[in-house]
Amino acid sequence: MTMHAQIQPAPQFGETPFTRKKRRNEKIAQGIFAVMVACIVIPLFLIVGYLIKEGVSLISWEFLTTNPTGGMRKGGIWSALLGTFWLVGTSLCISAPIGVLAAVYLNEYAKDNWFNRVVNLAVVNLAGVPSIVHALFGLGAFVLFAGMGRSIIAASLTLAIMTMPVIIASTKEALAAVPRQFREACWNVGATKWQTIWRIVLPNSISGILTGVILQVSRTAGETAPIMFTGAVFYRKIEEGNLFAYGLGDQCMALSMHLFTVTTQVTNAPHALPFAIATVLLAFVLLVNLTAILFRSWLRSRKKW
Amino acid sequence: MTSSRSALSIYGEKAIEWLIRICGVSAIIFVFAIFFFVFREGAPFLADEKFSLWKFLTSTEWYPTSMSNIRYGTFALIAGTLSVTGVAMLIAVPFGLGAAIFVSEFCTGKLREFLKVIIELLAAIPSIVWGFIGLTVMNPVIQTVFHVQVGLNVLNAAILLALMSIPVMVSIGEDALKAVPDSYREAAIALGATRWQLIWRALLPAAKNGLLAAVLLGVGRAVGETMAVLMATGHAVNVPHSIFDSVRTLTATIAAELGEASEGSPHYRVLFLIGILLFTITFIVNLVADFVVKGIKNK
Repeated sequence: MTMHAQIQPAPQFGETPFTRKKRRNEKIAQGIFAVMVACIVIPLFLIVGYLIKEGVSLISWEFLTTNPTGGMRKGGIWSALLGTFWLVGTSLCISAPIGVLAAVYLNEYAKDNWFNRVVNLAVVNLAGVPSIVHALFGLGAFVLFAGMGRSIIAASLTLAIMTMPVIIASTKEALAAVPRQFREACWNVGATKWQTIWRIVLPNSISGILTGVILQVSRTAGETAPIMFTGAVFYRKIEEGNLFAYGLGDQCMALSMHLFTVTTQVTNAPHALPFAIATVLLAFVLLVNLTAILFRSWLRSRKKW
Repeated sequence: MTSSRSALSIYGEKAIEWLIRICGVSAIIFVFAIFFFVFREGAPFLADEKFSLWKFLTSTEWYPTSMSNIRYGTFALIAGTLSVTGVAMLIAVPFGLGAAIFVSEFCTGKLREFLKVIIELLAAIPSIVWGFIGLTVMNPVIQTVFHVQVGLNVLNAAILLALMSIPVMVSIGEDALKAVPDSYREAAIALGATRWQLIWRALLPAAKNGLLAAVLLGVGRAVGETMAVLMATGHAVNVPHSIFDSVRTLTATIAAELGEASEGSPHYRVLFLIGILLFTITFIVNLVADFVVKGIKNK
């Protein structure tokens, strides 16, 4: 037994004080980063949980489908909810086609020269312009210059321009993911550039484009500043149950604006009311977003090439 | 050889290609249109004899509706924007970059996917909801924790802005770390470096441009944020002396006062000038960020 202990070789890669320190530092670094991430992730759950807890008592089918009454202290959120759907829908009809075609240009047609670098730079900057500056632009260009007045169409145009970079970015990514061989095969059988795009590139990237569209919906629904001066009003009563109670030239209420109004302008509103509005808005935005994320990861998992 | 395609399809295709080109350059048109129309509403006041650019930028007296002596000094508003953005970045930069490093280098598989989804959802929360949280949740929390009279102050808005700009930093920062070639990692590990040594000595220096761009985009987002700071800063025109002072930002001033200013009045035009100022600031920040990013790609 003593013999056995004697012939055991000295450990070649054993722990020295230096490696021990090294490993300890790594553990500390990992711990600190984990805490940092926890500090970011935990607030999301706390916030969503708190809003739902305070607001859920008010939420019912009736709350969603009746107009606000009693100086916005009673009743539901019907006119605001429908207004948000109108704004989202209209701005989507404007920004989706332009955004997709812009991405087709940037990915399929644009050569790498100074002009197209400027175009790309413009897309980046469009995404960075503050929302309140978009509001000023919408007021100056659509409401006053184009004579649309404060209306759903003016507000939707403002929102469409503001959220277009979202669609451009995700469509570009989807188009770039289509392998070059697909295009080459199509050109080789005599198809023109546009035929290739229409028959091969777009069908193969449609799901990625849809993801961008869904993300744009969630972004549009939450915006407040751009619609404040271009089409949203504090209060408006509309016919309950009629999905077409608004027209493009009408002013409308919107959920985000309604939350702002009830929180800052209405005195003595019931405690749960703003929480209920915030919960509905947040639930809509997060569910739409989650759909886009799940859709995207499902797509990646079944990719054929 | 004769073409079998009808004239209609040939011209139709030409038309569609032109439509694509027009949509493609639309982003440039929009950026110019934004500048043009905001400037068009604000510019007439630049020629007004009562207006002085020097006073506009350096005076702390913002009394746009005073009966006796109307003054349009935006210095306090600029100070408000800078203080809120600055404090927000002090919080967001370490946390945002730390989270980017953790997600990109320390996690794998399910945990990583989960964190990325959570951070993307964090980015989706509308700014009006953040403002509401500042007003109803953070306000009493700050009052009790720090024993101050008013919880609507620089600190409150800065925490909200930090949480809002962290997702941008995490996603751009993660891309920057991912862009570092794997040979760097392999070389460091072969030399016996731990993961922390690898990050600190190899990855961070290699990715520093991308990380800088991530920070700049976060700054751009924070400067331009409107509804959250409108509700959480306390809305007092004031050059702050501590993080517990109430302030007001450039963006919040436009949002709060544009509804009251009658169309074409000097007050209305000054608010558009503030818009030009904001546009210029964010334009420069984004431009610099873009050049920093391009710098890496060209390398």
